[in-house]
Amino acid sequence: MLYFENVSKYYGKNETVALDRVSFQIAPKEFVSIVGHSGAGKTTLLKMLIAEDKPTEGAIFYESQDIHKISRAKLPSFRRKIGTIFQDFKLLANKTAFENVAFAMEANSRDDDEIAMSVPQALELVDLSDKMHHFPSELSGGEKQRVAIARALVNQPDIIIADEPTGNLDPIATYEVVQILKKINDLGTTVILTTHNKGVIDILEKRVITMDGGRIIRDDRHGKYLL
Amino acid sequence: MLTSLKRIMRTGSVGFVRSAYVSFSAIYVMTITLLVIGGSLVFNALLDHTLVTLKSKVDVNIYFTVDATEEAILAFRRQVESLSDVKGVTYLSRDEALAQFRDRHQADELTIRALEELGDNPLGASLSVTAHDPSQYEGIVQFVTETSEQAETTIIDRINFNQNKSAIDRLTTIVSVIDKITQIIVMTLVFVTILITFNTIRLAIYTAREEVSVMRLVGASNTFIRGPFVVQGALYGIAAGILTLILLYPIAYYLGPSTDAFFGLNVFRYYLEDFGRIFLILMGSGIGLGVISSAVAISRYLRI
Repeated sequence: MLYFENVSKYYGKNETVALDRVSFQIAPKEFVSIVGHSGAGKTTLLKMLIAEDKPTEGAIFYESQDIHKISRAKLPSFRRKIGTIFQDFKLLANKTAFENVAFAMEANSRDDDEIAMSVPQALELVDLSDKMHHFPSELSGGEKQRVAIARALVNQPDIIIADEPTGNLDPIATYEVVQILKKINDLGTTVILTTHNKGVIDILEKRVITMDGGRIIRDDRHGKYLL
Repeated sequence: MLTSLKRIMRTGSVGFVRSAYVSFSAIYVMTITLLVIGGSLVFNALLDHTLVTLKSKVDVNIYFTVDATEEAILAFRRQVESLSDVKGVTYLSRDEALAQFRDRHQADELTIRALEELGDNPLGASLSVTAHDPSQYEGIVQFVTETSEQAETTIIDRINFNQNKSAIDRLTTIVSVIDKITQIIVMTLVFVTILITFNTIRLAIYTAREEVSVMRLVGASNTFIRGPFVVQGALYGIAAGILTLILLYPIAYYLGPSTDAFFGLNVFRYYLEDFGRIFLILMGSGIGLGVISSAVAISRYLRI
């Protein structure tokens, strides 16, 4: 489904190497965790996947489509196939939980009836039905992250990318978020997760790609956190 | 398409209400810009009115000798009237001139007594000629002088165009110079306030840059992202336009009598009579300024 072919990324005058000839594949319905210290290249990798950054060398394919050859006009429709979750939640502060989730559907030109039906379902999946009309400032960290997850999955994307989603959460909220991601994967969505959290990786018992200095140093089918 | 448009309008309106502080500062700055534009409109009208009044005060007076017969004068009047440059000719007979003179000097006993001692009416009849445009007076004067020179006995005593002309020319020049200077000052002010408005809206959108990046990440198209901000900009313009029109009402009401006395134009009456035009200019400028500033400011964050 996703193919990284010799992807390198340099910043400045080729002085800072963020990624160094990275190659791997991700199959449909897979749950892949990418681990590594800060600066290992995890976030750079994800940014390239959603076409927020371009590789200096190499290419990334989504099925047969080179992601970085998609025209600017067609980029939004490509991004709608990927749901993204971030450490800092990235919710729209002046919209309620419902409106944040609905916005992703509106951007996807879905009709009002569909939105009225799907948004409560997505919020129910993350157990936030009772806080649907709260603004982000009225929610805890774990709740904000769950709104972000509901937003990411409401359009039924092919892939969910979660960049350090538990970085700002306490252990209980972390556990809840990981369980939700697992549930999403069980329902058939590919999940790509980056994390520092050893506990998260050990609970999952899924594929783990370990990165260091912009390179892949391990790729284990049922990996553990080994850094 | 219609659903998108409806959503863009709704998101823009909700954003306008929820970001109350940002909306307030944008409207405040924009109102100042529109007040400057509105003020310049009124001031221009005042200066234009003054120029027109001054120009209409220019005329040529042809004074006839006391022994010129009324028939000869009226024949001459017809000749002058036939000129295409001439707008109108007013005839003042000897008796009317005397009556006017007496009227003007009724408090001056010495002059009245001197006049009575003369016995006869010493004043000649006159024609007052107005042209369509001040530049046409030269031609009229030339015609009058040439006709008088060609005649066997001249009935024209004197023409007073040149004395009037220099004074009025000087006034017209002064008013035109003031008009030009104020135009430059007003243009500079308008330009500066437009820049300030543009920057205020840019700051308002800068605070929303995170929001824009999130919108992009969830796959919103550029039109869908830009739309609500443009709607918000238009709403700033409408609110500022209404506020400016409301503020101009008492200002014009207060200044009306003074401008009437000084320039001969009551700005309050001008505001009421020309309300439609002022409304369109202020609303148009407000909405245009808001929409353009928002669209330009937001485009910075859409280039990925």
